[in-house]
Amino acid sequence: MAVQKNKKTIQRVIANSLILHMRPVRVPAKALRYTHTFGLGGMSLVLFLMLISTGILMIFVYDPSPERAYQSILFMQQEILFGRLIRGMHYWSANLLIGVAVLHMLRVFLTGAFHAPRQSNWIIGLSLLFLILLSGFTGYLLPWDQISYWAITICTEMLGYMPGIGQTLQRVILGGTEIGSATLINFFALHTMVVPFLLAMLMTWHFWRVRLAGGVVVPRDPGDDPEAGTDSVPFIPNLLLREIAVALILIAFVLVVAIVFGAPLGELANPGVSPNPAKAPWYFLGFQELLLHFHPLFAVFIIPLIAAIAILRVAYLRYDADLSGNWFLSAKGRRMAAVAAGTALLLTPLWILVDEFVVGPGGWLPRAAPIISNGLFPGSALAAGAVAFYMLLKKHFSASKNETVQALFVLFVVGFALLTVTGVWFRGAGMTLVWPWQM
Amino acid sequence: MAMADVDKPRRSFLSRILLALGSLAVLEAGWIAASFIGSRRRQASTGEGAGLQVAGPVERFEAGTVTAFREGEFYLARLKDGGFLALHRKCTHLGCTVPWIPDEQKFTCPCHASAFDIRGDVLNAPAPRPLDLFPVRIENGIVKVDTSKPIRRASFESHQVTWV
Repeated sequence: MAVQKNKKTIQRVIANSLILHMRPVRVPAKALRYTHTFGLGGMSLVLFLMLISTGILMIFVYDPSPERAYQSILFMQQEILFGRLIRGMHYWSANLLIGVAVLHMLRVFLTGAFHAPRQSNWIIGLSLLFLILLSGFTGYLLPWDQISYWAITICTEMLGYMPGIGQTLQRVILGGTEIGSATLINFFALHTMVVPFLLAMLMTWHFWRVRLAGGVVVPRDPGDDPEAGTDSVPFIPNLLLREIAVALILIAFVLVVAIVFGAPLGELANPGVSPNPAKAPWYFLGFQELLLHFHPLFAVFIIPLIAAIAILRVAYLRYDADLSGNWFLSAKGRRMAAVAAGTALLLTPLWILVDEFVVGPGGWLPRAAPIISNGLFPGSALAAGAVAFYMLLKKHFSASKNETVQALFVLFVVGFALLTVTGVWFRGAGMTLVWPWQM
Repeated sequence: MAMADVDKPRRSFLSRILLALGSLAVLEAGWIAASFIGSRRRQASTGEGAGLQVAGPVERFEAGTVTAFREGEFYLARLKDGGFLALHRKCTHLGCTVPWIPDEQKFTCPCHASAFDIRGDVLNAPAPRPLDLFPVRIENGIVKVDTSKPIRRASFESHQVTWV
């Protein structure tokens, strides 16, 4: 009996030290509060691991050639035990991962967890988000059905509008002038080797930088001394059990969704017939919606470029204070964020409706060239509006730079989210505006 | 002391060499990667390169009609005056396949409602330019279309038409 018990203790010690090699021994008690992080980073990791394990299984069945790809998916779903389930889990994990990763980014931003020494980790995180989107995009083509064929056609054509490099980039990605077997091999190689490898490397770096910064940013009430120590509790079992609980609930959720909804599979890809409407994957529909309102140069190049620079720079701006740890910084910051979200909720649909029904395809200045009428003019108006909004808020609330930048960030995030929602649920045949129940 | 001073230039010399060699290695690796990825394009273009399609004898195509060729992914349009145009079937907006609607005498894109006339000219935005062309040749009364590379154009011009 004593020997038995001893052996168990030793096993437990080994297991614990293995875990503690990767995780801290003690964590701040305050950081355990679930609503502080919602466990979004950990959820991303769980989804990534589920994607890897279901993905590896599918590689053994999938055949990356235009002649056999669709057949191999059908075979997987119809002939292999749990084939449909595995594909469904992969599909839902991938879609959830995009949503969870975006939410994770928002959480980090809105709790101010990007100030030094976390600045570089903000950049690594954004790179991870880019890779996750690339992973979703390259996986989208693989089933080789009508949905995937035309979504990838539209997205690669969007790339072609980039000035200078666009068409070369498009040809390199497609491996030719049109989607064909070279494209499928390219996407398969990126989806199953290159992107997962890069993701794993960057994730390791990301986690290491979190450890280096002393774990997640600790919640701090206004007036707390930032230098004051906080009570800490042992990692095992306090945080470990919470993480396991979140992971198990998430896995169960993905399982249920995969069982109930499965993964969509359209008809075999037919290059001769475009479905109506033809839409990009949902996470790119915000850009497709932009394309309906702006000249292509602005929709796929200038606006995304400015947005990318802004979001990369945001961690490196000179702020009035290092206000990390609180959701929305302060009570004032919260009010301002609400004003910004409300403004976006009001103005984005208004812009879409006015552009659709009042302005029309000729643009705002029908006599001018399209690049001015649909590009420079509305683009400048948008930029001027953003600057005016920033100034007004700063003055009206006599707010700090932290709070005003946050409000501007919320304005654009909510605006883009609404564009995506419009693209997903309010665009029917011929990309005309419809109600979701008319689709 | 003396030793350290002597060592300094040597050490910086060595590290500079190392840096140079390292960059060279990166360049080489990049070059190799580019040639691998670029080869895909060459492969694809030689695959389709022999893309000369025989459409058929001139008499088969009546004036003012459009004939679809699935194989070559183009439409052979015979204009009212008897001239031939081979139009790429891909919409110039986002690459959807445009069907020919004979009743309305136009191409209408199912994706964003762009429309083109029989000459490929834009009737309806958002398409930014007319449908791309393939070169047409008429040899001994037989219409042939070279489908290896679509030609972009800013607008319809009469020299794009091939006459019998």
